[in-house]
Amino acid sequence: MILPFYQALTEDVQALSAQVSAPAATALHDIRRKALERFTAIGLPSLKTEAWRYTNIQRYLKEFPYELLTTATPVSAAVAESKAIPELDCYRVVLVNGHLQADQSVLPEGKGITIGAMSAHTTAPGFAHFNQQPHLAGESLAQLNTALFADGLYIELAANTVLDKPIHIIHVYSATAHAFIQPRHLWVLNRSAAATIIESSVHPETATVAFANSVLETVVMENAELWHYNVQQGEESFREVHTTAAQQYKDSRYHHFNFTLPNTPFTRNNLSVALNGSHTETNLNGLYIANKHQHVDNHTFMDHIMPDCNSNELYKGVLLDDANGVFTGKILVHQEAQKTNAFQQNNNLLLGSKADINSQPQLEIYADDVKCSHGFTAGQFSEESMFYLRSRGIGEDAAKALMVNAFSHDITDAIKVPALQHHLQEQIAEIMNN
Amino acid sequence: MLTIKNLHAEVEGKKILKGINLEINKGEMHAIMGPNGSGKSSLASVLAGRDNYTVTEGEVWFNGKNLLDLAPEDRAREGVFLAFQYPVEIPGVSNLNFLKTALNEIRAYKGLPALEAREFLKLTKEKQQLVDFHSNLMNRSLNEGFSGGEKKRNEIFQLAMLDPQLAILDETDSGLDIDALRIVSNGVNKLRDAEKSFVVITHYQRLLEYIIPDFVHVLYNGRIIKTGTKELALELEERGYDWLKEELHLKESV
Ligand SMILES: Nc1ncnc2c1ncn2[C@@H]1O[C@H](COP(=O)(O)OP(=O)(O)OP(=O)(O)O)[C@@H](O)[C@H]1O
Ligand SMILES: [Mg+2]
Repeated sequence: MILPFYQALTEDVQALSAQVSAPAATALHDIRRKALERFTAIGLPSLKTEAWRYTNIQRYLKEFPYELLTTATPVSAAVAESKAIPELDCYRVVLVNGHLQADQSVLPEGKGITIGAMSAHTTAPGFAHFNQQPHLAGESLAQLNTALFADGLYIELAANTVLDKPIHIIHVYSATAHAFIQPRHLWVLNRSAAATIIESSVHPETATVAFANSVLETVVMENAELWHYNVQQGEESFREVHTTAAQQYKDSRYHHFNFTLPNTPFTRNNLSVALNGSHTETNLNGLYIANKHQHVDNHTFMDHIMPDCNSNELYKGVLLDDANGVFTGKILVHQEAQKTNAFQQNNNLLLGSKADINSQPQLEIYADDVKCSHGFTAGQFSEESMFYLRSRGIGEDAAKALMVNAFSHDITDAIKVPALQHHLQEQIAEIMNN
Repeated sequence: MLTIKNLHAEVEGKKILKGINLEINKGEMHAIMGPNGSGKSSLASVLAGRDNYTVTEGEVWFNGKNLLDLAPEDRAREGVFLAFQYPVEIPGVSNLNFLKTALNEIRAYKGLPALEAREFLKLTKEKQQLVDFHSNLMNRSLNEGFSGGEKKRNEIFQLAMLDPQLAILDETDSGLDIDALRIVSNGVNKLRDAEKSFVVITHYQRLLEYIIPDFVHVLYNGRIIKTGTKELALELEERGYDWLKEELHLKESV
């Protein structure tokens, strides 16, 4: 008899392992076995776990009787199409529960470009980076993913390969029962390669709930540059723990944008960047606009291992209704990481009567010649500004929409893809006007 | 068009307006003068609907509607416009987007369709010229980093764009150099017609040489203590307000 999923997670995770088809490569098999051991050793996070103090993950895991789902059922192309970004000229990758749907995808082709299912690329040269990001080891849900993932998207750009258009990845999550789904992705940009990648996700069913525990590793090698946008505008029947673990090498640039918009009730984003080389640039931008009972937790970690690196983190939140926000910004500057510049800012608009934010900077600095700063604000609209707008005939809702747009403009202005920028500005206005 | 009857208002428990009576008809230009702190901006704020003021007594009728019942945006949509003494800066809201939103909200209220982009731009160009408002300010954030004069010009530019029936200009002339004053006054004069009325609040008679008022009122300690024509402004400029106080005491004691 198969144990219920949550019980299996806590009592007999081996039983779950049996449900995952045995991977072909033995090296991977070994990694999975170790990850499972590690998961069993760490256990699920609880409110006592430092990194999960404000997010009761167990409550969300128990919320529905999930089943571990490792397969994909055919989904109509209209589902992915619903997340298309108007006017965006891009390649498209459609994944269903992590499995690549070649017939619905338009993949980039050409010299230096490798893109396809993880399962088909376990022997590709870049796959050597799999599971190497140092922070994954401490995160039990990431270990669970490593142990049990079915498939995901592998991208490798050879040295000097520059993608001419953005890739838009649409993650479709689809199941006939409440499902726990664990995609696993690895993107490697080799020396001086460059790409723009946009992610969206969709869960079309309304009667059943999907919980995604996805892990993405990105490796930005020497002098490479990755623009990475993640748009979380999910359904009420979706829950997500989204882990992005990046590694950067010398002279590389990584620009991460995370947008969390309604209506997914629970979102936890783990974002961590390990700097393995000097003279890197990292920009972490986040915008969360949450309403109703949404719980949005952004957990970020900038790991300054090497000297002469710059990181800039700006997370902004608009919390409406009863929405609950959590922000953690950990910056670790190792003793060797002299001449580090690391800046962090978290600003919030608390607009709902029961809206709430827990924000904690965690700066650990072991080098002496560094520039680091952090800041936090939480406030409401200025009454003066609201009155000014209303005195010009602008209704209260439209005035709020303008103000929220204004609040988020330093993030949306930094978006380098005009169609995406326009799309998000419109989405923000629409959320505020409802 | 506008009838103010025995208007009393307070802010944070402090009585500021103490029985204002004023009748403004179509096409008229009224000037309100008065010493600092006498309640001029407060009167403008109460008319525009700033909610930290509480009206404790009196009525305000605008084209047959009880103005005090309306939300600030509805007063604007009905045709009341206030040019602020201190326009606020709103970083991140572009001037252009702000105006388009305002204009279309007012049009929607009147049952008109939103302006097409082309028509909007045409209107913008036309009105920009009226007050010599530089187009590079259009794409900037609303009033952010504008000079004092640019902010005031922006108020008049908005006035021209939104085309209200009643415009209240609160010290729009203060801090303007003579060239800017001329531009702003010319703009206002071009907007004047038989259907529109203006209330200009000012400390300086100088403005009233460009914008000739039909009436000049003196607001003192929350009341209009004297009403006259443009000659009254000259007299105030020369003699200050003290003689008026004396005259008033005289009258009251008689
Ligand atoms: N928010 C407030 N709280 C307390 N008192 C206020 C507030 N706003 C205005 N006042 C007071 O109300 C009185 C009238 O102020 P108001 O700004 O209307 O004067 P004014 O005639 O416009 O002056 P000025 O010529 O300096 O612009 C002043 O005594 C002022 O201090
Ligand atoms: Mg004033």
